Amino acid sequence: MSETTSQDLRTRPGRGPMGHAEIDESITTRTETSGLQAIIRTQPFWVLMAIIVIGLVMSFVSDVFLTERNFFNTTRNFAFFGIMALGMSAVICTAGIDLSVGSLMGLAGIVTGLVMQAGYGIVPGFLACMGVAALVGLINGVLIAYLRMAPFVVTLGMLAMARSVSMVISNNKMIYDFGPDTDLYLWLGGESVLGVPNPVWVLIVLTAVFWWVWRYSTWGRWVIAIGGNAKAARLSGIPVERIIVSVYVLSAMMAGLAAFLLVGWFGSVTNALGEGYELNVIAASVIGGANLMGGVVYALGAPIGAALMELIRNSLLLAGIDALWQQFFVGLFLIIAVLLEQIRNRGRSE
Amino acid sequence: MSLLELDGITKSFGAIHALQGVSLSVAPGEAVGLMGDNGAGKSTLMKIIAGNFPPTSGQIRIEGRQVQFHKPIDARQSGIEIVYQDLALCDNLTAAANVFLGRELKKSFGPIRYLDYKAMYKRAAELFAELKSETRPRDLVKQMSGGQRQAVAIARTRLSDPKLVLMDEPTAAISVRQVAEVLNLIQRLKDTGHAVILVSHRMPDVFDVCDRVAVLRRGTKVADKRIDQTTPEEVTGLITGAIASA
Ligand SMILES: Nc1ncnc2c1ncn2[C@@H]1O[C@H](COP(=O)(O)OP(=O)(O)OP(=O)(O)O)[C@@H](O)[C@H]1O
Ligand SMILES: [Mg+2]
Repeated sequence: MSETTSQDLRTRPGRGPMGHAEIDESITTRTETSGLQAIIRTQPFWVLMAIIVIGLVMSFVSDVFLTERNFFNTTRNFAFFGIMALGMSAVICTAGIDLSVGSLMGLAGIVTGLVMQAGYGIVPGFLACMGVAALVGLINGVLIAYLRMAPFVVTLGMLAMARSVSMVISNNKMIYDFGPDTDLYLWLGGESVLGVPNPVWVLIVLTAVFWWVWRYSTWGRWVIAIGGNAKAARLSGIPVERIIVSVYVLSAMMAGLAAFLLVGWFGSVTNALGEGYELNVIAASVIGGANLMGGVVYALGAPIGAALMELIRNSLLLAGIDALWQQFFVGLFLIIAVLLEQIRNRGRSE
Repeated sequence: MSLLELDGITKSFGAIHALQGVSLSVAPGEAVGLMGDNGAGKSTLMKIIAGNFPPTSGQIRIEGRQVQFHKPIDARQSGIEIVYQDLALCDNLTAAANVFLGRELKKSFGPIRYLDYKAMYKRAAELFAELKSETRPRDLVKQMSGGQRQAVAIARTRLSDPKLVLMDEPTAAISVRQVAEVLNLIQRLKDTGHAVILVSHRMPDVFDVCDRVAVLRRGTKVADKRIDQTTPEEVTGLITGAIASA
């Protein structure tokens, strides 16, 4: 979770103004507010509450909802978006945006397929997938950080280019033969360990890693600082350009990883993989508390935001509501999430 | 020997000539007041010394050695700390996080290094207490008063043991009591052999702690006098142009 504050000293009912000695005392010896109070102030907490409420309602509406099978499918479905949203949140934290992640999934998926189809095995397939993702992220990052181009424009261009390249190299054909490691690959993407789908394990581990990174690493601290005031960050000696590049590389690699797992689940890949996913990933990040103005990030926000979106889809399906309404509700929640965040901020600044 | 020597510093922003051949020297343990009207070039001069941007022409020497700063961190490594006029803080971080920004304290667990919150909160609290500021290390800068923000910016300069501290209007937004603490701090810095350049519009501050006062007018240094050889009236005249130079 991001930095939190405590204000227990601000108001002290029933006491006069503090003397100097008392102030010094309170400054140096004060204790932290309870973690709970800090958590309640965050957006992921409220989204989690919404998830629980919808879940409760659904358990009455549908018998299927609480079944293990449904839970398994739902969590696996949002794992891919959650993984990508972890990277997207880092980009958004720097007040940037990455529109290329959906197309990049197509490119990374096709590259994985081609390498494995040629018989190279799963390790080279994975390395090629992550390598091409990192390269795309590097190009995005360098154009944005060093040539000072707008993130929206650069990644929009990359959205078109990456999709086009994946069409060219796949020759517009589907790949469903993954060479000698096909079984292992399909297991990785499609099966589970201890009843939890493998992609969900990846999401859980990565969320824990990101939680640590945002709270305890210098890199995380610097990304948040850049999002707050890039000029001040630069004056403090933070290598702003390099950090921004790293953030786009990270986002791209998360998309590459999601593509790798998704193809393993599907058991096939076409160059249309990930089409339109960028909007879902951005929506999940924003619902999870990322602020497009930058400077705010929550590791738990990514999976929680993605979970809410999948839950909406699943609930509509089980409640027998036309699937065509799905995007409507995702959009509605996105707008409500941002609206609530704004109202809470207004309350705080007064 | 002078700690800092500026020699013919010129700075142009396109057609704007912010500084035109400014020379200035500061000795260890000396505080120099830098005064001048709005837009006279005071902040520009401070930023050049702090390595924000290079001068268009002119030389900077530190302890007799010529230096060229490409980045603020170069100046910091040469022992120069600065409080910026706009404070340069990250609103979304805590006071302590801002104080330590770019030089965070870390702890190790095997090969893994992670932020040492406890040590940073403790040290920041000590620095704020030293400044007699009611700034709390865990508070977000976003929610702070002007004076508290200023304390955070000043506390940053206390992390290292700099040779020269540049202060660009450090007393602009703070209470009488805190002004006294900042002036106290400047006095302590002098007593321990540190040099200070204080940019201020407040005549009493400059006459209180500075040994010399330099006046900039439209990018040119028009006076550089010992405090005991001038008066607030003369300095005011120099700033406004009523007195051409001295
Ligand atoms: N980055 C910049 N680009 C263009 N012009 C600049 C820049 N920085 C300063 N200037 C110009 O240089 C001149 C001197 O500005 P400077 O900020 O040094 O003044 P100052 O003496 O600090 O004034 P104040 O008392 O208002 O802080 C002004 O005319 C200003 O517009
Ligand atoms: Mg100024």
